[in-house]
Amino acid sequence: MAATRASEQRNVLTDGSRLMIEAMARAGADTFIGYPITPANLLYLYGMRRFPVSIAAPDEITTLQWMSGFAATGHVPVTATSFPGFALMVESVNMAYMMELPMVIVQAQRLGPSTGTATGGAMGDLLLLRGVISGGYPLLTLCPSSLEDCWELSALAVRTAVYLRTPVVLLTSKEMVMTHQDLNVNTLSAVGRVKRSLYSSEAPFEPYLPQENLVPEFLPVGDERHQVRITASTHDSRGIIQGVSRAGLENTLRLPKKLEKNVADFTRYELDEEDGAENLIVSYDVAAMAAREAVACLRRQKTGASLLVVKTLFPTPAAYLDVVGRYGRVFVVEENAQGQLAQILFGGDERKGLHLINAIGRMITPEEIVEKVSSHG
Amino acid sequence: MARQFLTSKDVPFCKGCSHAGIALNTEAALQKLGVEPLDVVIVTDIGCHGIIDKFLTTHTVHGLHGRSIAIAAGIRMGLADPEKKVIVFVGDGGATIGLKHIIAAAHRNIDMTVVVHNNMLYGMTGGQPSDLTPAGFRTPTMAEGDTGIGFDLCGLVKSAGAAYVSRIVGSGDFSGQLAEAFRMPGFSLVEIVEICPSYGVRENPGVKLSNIAEKMGLTPMESIRPDAKSFRVRRKEAPVSLLDGLDVLSSSSRSALDRKFRIVLGGSAGEGVQVATRLFAEAAVRCGLHVTTKGNYPVTVGVGYSCSEIILSPERILSTVVRSPDALVVVSPDGMEFCRRYLEQLEGEFYLDESISVGEAARTAPRAKPFRKRAGPRRAALFALMVLLADSDVFPLEEYAEVIRHSKLGEGVAVDDLVGGARELASGRGK
Repeated sequence: MAATRASEQRNVLTDGSRLMIEAMARAGADTFIGYPITPANLLYLYGMRRFPVSIAAPDEITTLQWMSGFAATGHVPVTATSFPGFALMVESVNMAYMMELPMVIVQAQRLGPSTGTATGGAMGDLLLLRGVISGGYPLLTLCPSSLEDCWELSALAVRTAVYLRTPVVLLTSKEMVMTHQDLNVNTLSAVGRVKRSLYSSEAPFEPYLPQENLVPEFLPVGDERHQVRITASTHDSRGIIQGVSRAGLENTLRLPKKLEKNVADFTRYELDEEDGAENLIVSYDVAAMAAREAVACLRRQKTGASLLVVKTLFPTPAAYLDVVGRYGRVFVVEENAQGQLAQILFGGDERKGLHLINAIGRMITPEEIVEKVSSHG
Repeated sequence: MARQFLTSKDVPFCKGCSHAGIALNTEAALQKLGVEPLDVVIVTDIGCHGIIDKFLTTHTVHGLHGRSIAIAAGIRMGLADPEKKVIVFVGDGGATIGLKHIIAAAHRNIDMTVVVHNNMLYGMTGGQPSDLTPAGFRTPTMAEGDTGIGFDLCGLVKSAGAAYVSRIVGSGDFSGQLAEAFRMPGFSLVEIVEICPSYGVRENPGVKLSNIAEKMGLTPMESIRPDAKSFRVRRKEAPVSLLDGLDVLSSSSRSALDRKFRIVLGGSAGEGVQVATRLFAEAAVRCGLHVTTKGNYPVTVGVGYSCSEIILSPERILSTVVRSPDALVVVSPDGMEFCRRYLEQLEGEFYLDESISVGEAARTAPRAKPFRKRAGPRRAALFALMVLLADSDVFPLEEYAEVIRHSKLGEGVAVDDLVGGARELASGRGK
């Protein structure tokens, strides 16, 4: 596909699920472990067809554990779920985080709490993802807000999972993974297979010994030359269980530092600023689609408006705070009732000029964003 | 000299604990097999037995309580070399919280061995009863004796399809059974019934392990299914790109549409609403339009309403929300029930099958048309969209007809007849 010209039209109708799975397979993910749940069922279907190895698991805990076993032996596994399934995975996600196993979990949000409405879209799990690792350490989370993002961020998720030895979550939602849209596939960027380097020295292998970028080198369990130890308990660079020793705690504190140090490698956002605009609209996921249309409409009406669409959610890039700090009026658009991104960016305090645009059980329209911005402009 | 699988024989378990014996028997069994430490992966669970992890010279994995069996199954499936041995150490607590993983691995016959250290209670947390604690067996938290009845783990695993199951009561040399289990292709489980010296012996003075085990029916046993086929991961050699499976929709003509146009189509499950929508969207793309579609139907996809939202636009579509459609097209009572939500804000056209009444609910008077009568229930949705095209400048009706002719529906639909019918019904001429 890279060889064809983008100007050549190759229009298709596709949903985001197809692009996500295809991009991950091209990037080098090779195993899909699935347990069905609405609205992630298309991801499951495509995952089963597209990955070299695809296995149906009997539940979500088994899913994450099987994925961890595949990851420990050198594979790059993927699964797709929604909140009820993700909740069951949480302990195992912490395990994979501690073991530093590469994998991608697609979390397609639906309307909660609990079973909620399986067929209803929502953006309600942002704070869950923010606090999901015990200790408050960030779990790398990317969030697509267009078909192109479904392609690019999914490939990025695989690359980052492998390069940084970490689980990565692709946080998406029902409308992103199920709505069909036309797309000229020749406009999609080429996705190369992730290059995986393995530890090659003769010296004894220390599975958690950081390199300069704080990421340890990798060898699969079962290696012929070196003993490989992996563990979810507090451990030193050799993978020996430590209790609260200095070596153990240093290793634990390295995990968030590893992501923060390499944050530039996976920071993605869309910043469309208009000169002199005092209004900034901030959004993500499907609500960003309405926000883009609203900004176009506001500009036609000569109401100054800038747009920030955040795509790397966690760890949260410092650049977002710089941007929101420059605007007197900030409108945060998200399909949840609590203003979760607003809480992350601004804390719980009331801030002059901060306006929340929220809804549950339906999509936010560009018109209501325009109305809210106009009424405060 | 025999290979060493433990860095020390002096393993740090309580005095009298059989966990030490299990570690030493495991080493002896592996020596019998003649394998190297790096041919072996030992996965330990949470519990006292897990402290063996740092004494092992094999590959080691130490994960979550009860999940050791599942991560080990993943490791087995992920390992390219079938000769590697995958062994799980787990206690009775881990075996019961992870029972589903044991059953899942046994019934798939995944090539691995689970060694259950069954000391009949949770030792690490202070001696609470587990699901394998025998009736009447006292623990520090159950001074009057456990009221549970335990269960026959080996019997359960055998019936799940394991290739090899054996139960050992007490200590001694059981390296032969362990070696057999490690050697056996497929899933094997060895349960070692022991008594915790710190909590079990103290709370049940004078009680003999063999008596408890016999009373429980936990007698030594061995079961072999040498014919059992062990699980192999199937690998697709050349998976096909998901993009290759998509129809490329080359432009054939241009639409005169100069604005965003939103359609809601409401019908019933099994009456072709989603197919009609997809073909309509394909035709629109062929006419140079941008399109989004989304389906709405209950989780029981074979009954009730089946609706879709379609947006067409000459410009790239940013938002896919449809609140107030430019055309609401309803062809069945199920569809009308769902589409009532659009009536209040409806400012566009309202096409309704003539068999349905909405009373005063609609702001826009419906154009009643005989969609079902003219095309039949299974083609009513398709036909209604044809009427909409015949009635508007969205894109040429002939493009839709052409896409239908070339689709899987093609031969089963009298396309020309329906096109003629749609033109007749357009603008109310047929009514």
